[in-house]
Amino acid sequence: MSESTCPECGGSVSIPANAMQNELLPCPDCGTELEIVRLNPPLLERAPEVEEDWGE
Amino acid sequence: MTTVGIVAASGYAGGELLRLLLAHPFVEVVQATSESNVGKFLQQVHPHLRGRTSLRFIPQDALQACDVLFLAQPHGEAQTRIERYAALAGTIIDLSADFRLRDPATHATVYGAHAAPDWLARFVYGLPEINRAALRESRYASGVGCNATATILALVAVVRTGLLNLNQPIIADIKVGSSEAGSKPSESSHHPARTGVVRPFQLTGHRHEAEVRQAFADCGSLDVRLAVTSVEMVRGVSAAVHVTLPAGLAEKDLWSAYRAAWSNEPFVRIVHDKTGIHRHPEPRLLAGTNYADVGWEYDAATGRAVLLCAIDNLGKGAAGSAVQCMNLMCGFEETAGLSFGGYYP
Repeated sequence: MSESTCPECGGSVSIPANAMQNELLPCPDCGTELEIVRLNPPLLERAPEVEEDWGE
Repeated sequence: MTTVGIVAASGYAGGELLRLLLAHPFVEVVQATSESNVGKFLQQVHPHLRGRTSLRFIPQDALQACDVLFLAQPHGEAQTRIERYAALAGTIIDLSADFRLRDPATHATVYGAHAAPDWLARFVYGLPEINRAALRESRYASGVGCNATATILALVAVVRTGLLNLNQPIIADIKVGSSEAGSKPSESSHHPARTGVVRPFQLTGHRHEAEVRQAFADCGSLDVRLAVTSVEMVRGVSAAVHVTLPAGLAEKDLWSAYRAAWSNEPFVRIVHDKTGIHRHPEPRLLAGTNYADVGWEYDAATGRAVLLCAIDNLGKGAAGSAVQCMNLMCGFEETAGLSFGGYYP
């Protein structure tokens, strides 16, 4: 288990020991969906929004 | 066990006190008065207490000495008998407005002349989130106004951290449930007239404004106005306090202010979610609890902000805070008897 910081609210986010790069997890304080972009040391970014597929 | 009595226990606040105190690990409820229900079992007035106590209502004249006395009468009554109550119990917590305002002149302006003005300074305003240290040292605590409580807790984070310039009008738009009006029926509470309403109740000159000003008196003079609307809800207060903060703040700045104010408080939770359907404080989730949920909405371009707080008016806005005060005044664990977390949906 390691700790990182939510880029949205600055809150502390625990990274599970078995977490994988690009895994998604929510911030426990503000609920923002975050992506683990790096594991060691851990770095979180806002997860990309799901974009609408307009069938093009 | 610490012995507890409740004066005027047949109202909604009295019933909520009984519910909390009958489950409290460190106290025993030994007496409850009601002049209009003398001899009745408590559950004949408060049906949710069936099976939890064999007490019956007694008249005030039959009150015996006890360790803690809660007063849950309508405004104006406790002040006329405070000497007698003080002779019966070493610790008194009055839920009415009689001892909330410390300044006799302010009390007279808001509520009329006080029958025992010398007692005002002996009471500590009973909101632990802003008066914890004083409550620990006090034998007498006032209750809190539910609308004042929601407004105060909505404002604390931005006032205490200096984010709010106090030289501006502060407008608290407050939605309230029907139990705020008390247990006595009236024409306005009659079901066909009350159900479904969004009824502006008091949009100017609300009496709780004085409590809010008093709570922040050490920061300066607040120009705060409460505008209260009755809505379709039994329990609950939802305050939306409109202010202007500095423009250009980041979300992290507000989070930092709120965390500084509330991280160590057992009954205040920050609710400011980016996802889901419950992104802001909602009173419905707090029914029966002593929680106050706080949050905000902020426009960085203009600095316009709406500071939010939701409570149960009978919980954090009355009986819950009163029990929390008792815990502090008696040296109990502050959260004792107040662990109910609500229900959903």
